[in-house]
Amino acid sequence: MREKLVLIGNGMAGVRTLEEVLKLDPEMYDITVFGEEPYGNYNRIMLSPVLAGEKSIEDIILNEKQWYADNGITLHVNKQVTQIDRYHRKVVADDGTEAHYDRLIIATGSSPFILPIPGADLDGVVGFRDVDDVDQMLETAKQYNKAVVIGAGLLGLEAADGLLKQGMDVTVVHLLDTLMEQQLDSTAGAMLKASLEARGMKFLMRHQTEALLGEGRVQGIRFANGQTVPTDLVVMAVGIRPNISLAQTAGIYCERGIVVSDTLTTYDPRIFAVGECVQHRGATYGLVAPLFEQAKVCANHLCQLGYGRYEGSVVSTKLKVSGIDLFSAGEFIETDGDETLVMQDPAEGIYKKLVIRNNRVKGAVMYGDTLDGSWYFQLLREETDISSFRSTILFGQHSVGDAGHSGGSKMVNLADDAEVCGCNGICKGDIVKAIQDKGLFTLDEVKAHTKAGASCGSCSGLVEQILVSTVGSDFDATPSKKAMCGCTDFSHDEVMEAIRKGALKDMATLFRYLNWSTPDGCASCRPALNYYLLSSWPEEYEDDAQSRLINERVHGNIQKDGTYSVVPRMFGGLCTANDLRAIADVSDKYDVPQMKVTGGQRIDLFGVKKEQLPAMWKDLNDAGFISGHAYSKGLRTVKTCAGETWCRFGTQNSIDLGVKLEHFTWGSWMPHKFKIAVSGCPRNCAEATIKDFGVVCIDSGYELHVGGNGGIKVRVTDLLCKVTTEEEVEEYCGAFTQFYREDAHYLERTANWIERVGMKRIKEHVVDNETGRKALNERFKVSQSVAQIDPWKERADGAESHEFNPLKIAG
Amino acid sequence: MSDWIAIAKLDDIPLRGSRQLKTDTVDIAIFRTGSDEVFAIRDQCPHLGGPLSQGMVHGNTVTCPLHNWKIDLESGQVKAPDEGCVNRYPVKVEQGVVYLGPLESHDA
Repeated sequence: MREKLVLIGNGMAGVRTLEEVLKLDPEMYDITVFGEEPYGNYNRIMLSPVLAGEKSIEDIILNEKQWYADNGITLHVNKQVTQIDRYHRKVVADDGTEAHYDRLIIATGSSPFILPIPGADLDGVVGFRDVDDVDQMLETAKQYNKAVVIGAGLLGLEAADGLLKQGMDVTVVHLLDTLMEQQLDSTAGAMLKASLEARGMKFLMRHQTEALLGEGRVQGIRFANGQTVPTDLVVMAVGIRPNISLAQTAGIYCERGIVVSDTLTTYDPRIFAVGECVQHRGATYGLVAPLFEQAKVCANHLCQLGYGRYEGSVVSTKLKVSGIDLFSAGEFIETDGDETLVMQDPAEGIYKKLVIRNNRVKGAVMYGDTLDGSWYFQLLREETDISSFRSTILFGQHSVGDAGHSGGSKMVNLADDAEVCGCNGICKGDIVKAIQDKGLFTLDEVKAHTKAGASCGSCSGLVEQILVSTVGSDFDATPSKKAMCGCTDFSHDEVMEAIRKGALKDMATLFRYLNWSTPDGCASCRPALNYYLLSSWPEEYEDDAQSRLINERVHGNIQKDGTYSVVPRMFGGLCTANDLRAIADVSDKYDVPQMKVTGGQRIDLFGVKKEQLPAMWKDLNDAGFISGHAYSKGLRTVKTCAGETWCRFGTQNSIDLGVKLEHFTWGSWMPHKFKIAVSGCPRNCAEATIKDFGVVCIDSGYELHVGGNGGIKVRVTDLLCKVTTEEEVEEYCGAFTQFYREDAHYLERTANWIERVGMKRIKEHVVDNETGRKALNERFKVSQSVAQIDPWKERADGAESHEFNPLKIAG
Repeated sequence: MSDWIAIAKLDDIPLRGSRQLKTDTVDIAIFRTGSDEVFAIRDQCPHLGGPLSQGMVHGNTVTCPLHNWKIDLESGQVKAPDEGCVNRYPVKVEQGVVYLGPLESHDA
């Protein structure tokens, strides 16, 4: 018989936990849900747009009642649980309904804090928490004119804005002299106040409410200074308070909230708690992103996986008042020893402040231009070293050159038919519609449903902006730790560490050891794991062909019509007349439809049928060619210019050096493709400064540049160092390449890797530490000793022949 | 072709891999999963025609090599959020030999 799981509280945190449980193990539990409200689970964050008249209740329902039925969940609506009987393991509702549990989730949420002042129980005094409150406000707005909102926090201002849009005369009362003091510093607070005042909102700052006046219905409000203001509606938005009385009555340990451990377990091990009713490591949360993180961990333990851990959340906020751009995250008020970077443009109404400690972003406040909010938030969460782009960080991500943004055009102002994802032809309207219709919350979900950002990924920043502007920034938080794929909760870094520290040397052991949720991974994790195993244990791990994508399996690039292209390696771009004759002969013999000189100084033969490949490779082998690896995550080409051998400007022998580097590095598998160039002088004809590793010869030696990329988003290299001999160039090249192989995530180009970990770290390992550099270079040589095998020759000799010969029906 | 015909030895298909079978009318992809089950579906992704036999096999699913659509080998259904389906063909393994069933009724 299945165990019984009961959920108290039919809200976002609880239902999200159920969704995660169903994802992990749909057969595990008989599930029963109790909710006080008559609806299915709805998106509480969207109450502000409902109040503002921009959406209806139906628009914000996340789980229709049909969803509960489809998943075999018993749903009790309009029933409040009044007792948890821990001895008999059952819960009792106000109408007498009982349900037994083996595991219980408490997700009772929070209530608005109602000031304990005279008149707080009058009609026309409401909180701002559920559909009921919103209905009451909307009704009041139809009949009455004046409204007072107590509390100028996030919720208070959203309520005030909504009431203003309903045509009411709104006054906001606040105890302190800064608006949203939990999210804003005084400068940004003042800017926000000015712009809300311009819309007609009135403010009474530093006013303490003493009493609400009236008989039956509220008619006025009196302050501690004796002043009174007439009103027809009072919205209390001074804070929320976790709903803990049910848990408390049952004897479950509570402080401000229900106290839970990192596994979301209460002091009763059969009882879990998630959401706003919870107190974790001393903190309570009122935003959605942390609740979702909690839900995931809670489900992990409910399904007895036992390794998920919630370690608290860093949160960001954004005001959902249309036309006002405001963002804040982290510790935005500086303390001793912090530095602040500030940009202020009063005429444009723009203010940005970053709080920096040890070259890491600790907090951010932005007003007027919040385009880069999610970027700063990412830098904050990942504790990225910003020293290399500190001088331009305030100008935003596009000034740094990372992928993502196109100039300053704000997504909110973009027309619905504007194309966002150039790869898949997805317009803004398609994305907004999918987010609204399908209730999408995360970037990954949007990618899966619309394909926007799912190919090259350069528009991810824009897609995220649309997500934020459509649903509010509570959702913009990508998890602080990115899981490798749907098969695991572990991140790339954790998996890499486990492979090395745990001496995991084959995939089956790895799946077992790390509790993979699928029997043999997926098309996303298998190639990554195969690479990590291969690069960690080059002499021991046996490469798994079935974990390589087709291009690397058949050593050619699959083209859209299913044919392949063939590129012979020409070291440094050099070739002889005999080489060209041999290629021409092969082209004739196999009827190659088209040939092209590539950007990497090679010759590409297009349109070759798979069955022809081995024979063609054999002919090219016989003429002295090996595979050009034009399909591989590994060294592609070393591009060279004429250099001092021929060029009147050349300072060093760039051709010769390029050929040497290519002989040194070919055949190595890497996280992603890798390109090298050697230019003979600073005129840089080989374009070395947009390569992964670029050498620019100068009169006194060689400049070494790293992390360039000429692709989706052009990134110019960073200067690694200058050296004086070819031997040093080779040593630094080997060391840098090896550090990239060991440190970067699979499918991360050097450009993205350097932006993530910072140039400082690269220099520490490759330049400053001589012993470390030599050790890296030695490890690269060891790996090369087993990697430099020409795949063409192996296959021409008959290896993997099943790849190239279709089955045929005899007769 | 109304009888079961032998098309390959099981060992001719790599574990978690596939082979392409060319017939006069249609190309068929024969898959062997990690748990040694064998499936046959049309070697053409319903999205843009990618050769599924070149995709990666994981669980009872193959991922198309062109744009990562995922197809359930057992049902022939494309996995959400994408939509579509692929023709299936009857296939069985007896004593290490893979047999393909009668094509007429299934070959559209």
